[in-house]
Amino acid sequence: MGTAVTHAPAMEDLTQDSEPRHRPAKSPRPAALKRRGRRETLAGYLFMSPWIAGFLLLTAGPMVASLYFAFTDYNLFDAPQWIGLDNFSEMFADPRWQNSVKVTLWYVAVGTPIKLIAALGVALLLAQKRRGQAFYRAAFYAPSLIGASVSIAIVWKAIFSDDAVVDRTQKLFGIDVGGWTGDPDLIIYSLVALTVWQFGAPMVIFLAGLKQVPRELYEAAEVDGAGTFRRFWNITLPMISPVLFFNVLLETIHSFQIFSSAYIVGGGAGGNACGPADGSMVYTCYLYVQGFENSRMGLASAMAWVLLVAVALVTAVLFWSQKRWVHYEEGA
Amino acid sequence: MSAQATEITPAPTAKGGALRRKLPGSLAWHIGSLLILAVILYPVIWVVGGSFKNSDDIVGSLDLFPSDPIISNYTRLSEGIADIPISTFFLNSLTLAVGSVIGILVSCSLTAYAFAKIKFAGRNLLFTLMIGTLLLPYHVLLIPQYVLFRNMDMINTNTPLLLPKYLATEAFFVFLMVQFMRNLPRELDEAARLDGCGHFRIYWSIVLPLSRPALITSAIFTFINAWNDFMGPLIYLNDPEKYTVSLGLKMFVDQDAVANYGGMIAMSLVALLPVLAFFLAFQRYLIDGMATSGLKG
Repeated sequence: MGTAVTHAPAMEDLTQDSEPRHRPAKSPRPAALKRRGRRETLAGYLFMSPWIAGFLLLTAGPMVASLYFAFTDYNLFDAPQWIGLDNFSEMFADPRWQNSVKVTLWYVAVGTPIKLIAALGVALLLAQKRRGQAFYRAAFYAPSLIGASVSIAIVWKAIFSDDAVVDRTQKLFGIDVGGWTGDPDLIIYSLVALTVWQFGAPMVIFLAGLKQVPRELYEAAEVDGAGTFRRFWNITLPMISPVLFFNVLLETIHSFQIFSSAYIVGGGAGGNACGPADGSMVYTCYLYVQGFENSRMGLASAMAWVLLVAVALVTAVLFWSQKRWVHYEEGA
Repeated sequence: MSAQATEITPAPTAKGGALRRKLPGSLAWHIGSLLILAVILYPVIWVVGGSFKNSDDIVGSLDLFPSDPIISNYTRLSEGIADIPISTFFLNSLTLAVGSVIGILVSCSLTAYAFAKIKFAGRNLLFTLMIGTLLLPYHVLLIPQYVLFRNMDMINTNTPLLLPKYLATEAFFVFLMVQFMRNLPRELDEAARLDGCGHFRIYWSIVLPLSRPALITSAIFTFINAWNDFMGPLIYLNDPEKYTVSLGLKMFVDQDAVANYGGMIAMSLVALLPVLAFFLAFQRYLIDGMATSGLKG
């Protein structure tokens, strides 16, 4: 669930199985080969047994159970009662649920693009080899490690509260909105600011991608008289598009699942779990409230499946759109 | 994103031109970087300064550092939170973090070895499943896992938080290690096979020592994630004596914040120190591990 973990390699690597197949020069007798294959299979499954146990016990099994709970009324203490689609119809008609969808979509749609543009912009700046580059890279990355902590959420709540530094600075420009964390409409932007603050993780991935753009392309473009913007648009952007795709995919999926910061920054305001007038009641906060505070495990499971389907749809659309804008190099 | 920013180290073609452009360009670069640095560091400096302020001045005063710093926010931490000493929370967090690191290192490296070095029927299917779990929202598993651990009478123990780590459910680390192990020279383990070594010997004596960078990266990330984790402990631990630092802080927010705001800020900073220390000590492993081990393998 950690933030730090969301950034991995480019998507192309996720699907490739690149180990070269080695064939022995002289093929041994079929029986021996078969015996060896069986022993390899046994060894493979032995080594993998922790993962297989974990997959069955903690992933596949719970998913099946969760799907079943979604169609039941279940309060943890009595046996689940099959109620068909009631959880779903109740959920869709619930104004608080609708609000949580709106808040979450808003958070994803505003926060993710700003964060990625910031990450790419700063990566382009740092891609210039200058003194101090490694220092800045490390310093900009640091928020990605501490951003998910309760400590930073507490700091955030303080900085964005009424009469605190952000509010005072705004007043200097004649804008007086009170604190962001006390305002149902503004609190979500303090969370957007918190995620943008953690642009360092995608930035590091962008930087690694930028390093692999062949220098000759820029030199050739310069000879042809291409300006800075054209070089960026026609060379840099296509060349790093796999990395861009990867960052968009993981940041989007991750944003849908925001919990702790919304829970802490919004916590305690007027007795609400997540923000004044549900202002920071993101989807997972409401899921937590329904499941663990109201003991509506069936309803919360139904909510989780709607989230899963939404995330799967977004993933599918992104993978489908990939054909149009992501350029994988031949033989890469 | 200025026009300056979009230039990627243009190779200087003429020496005179390079010199002329170098000074202002470099100045703008440093000013830009320093501005970003100021924004990035502000919350951290704010919490350092705030921890030496009176509770009343923390939010209202714009000065980063107080003119008359006090240390009572820190000394009062020795009173603990809700009569539980701070050290209890730290010890609980440390137990979970270290336990998680051991679990991840053992289970993920074994799994990764099978994916990277053993050819067996069904491997590609399992690999696809493993990658699929990487994209699965955790919240789908939240409730059924809770029900499972509740039925096994494990609520309010560390088991629900540790067991997943020992069963390699963190696909990201498996993947990181697979990528790393695939790129180790094959000659080494082939030679060992010819010498009659079994898979476990090859795993233990050859692959594991060579995979040290990937193991270190995984260990540090695991530690930091376990230390920061809030939702897991929130759901599974309900005895304050077992609370982690994150939960202790949340309890501080709920109970003492009004009376002892300064103490809460000081505690927030103290809670960050282990992560910051790890970062300062291992930042090369974190950043390089993230940037290179995945991208091209």
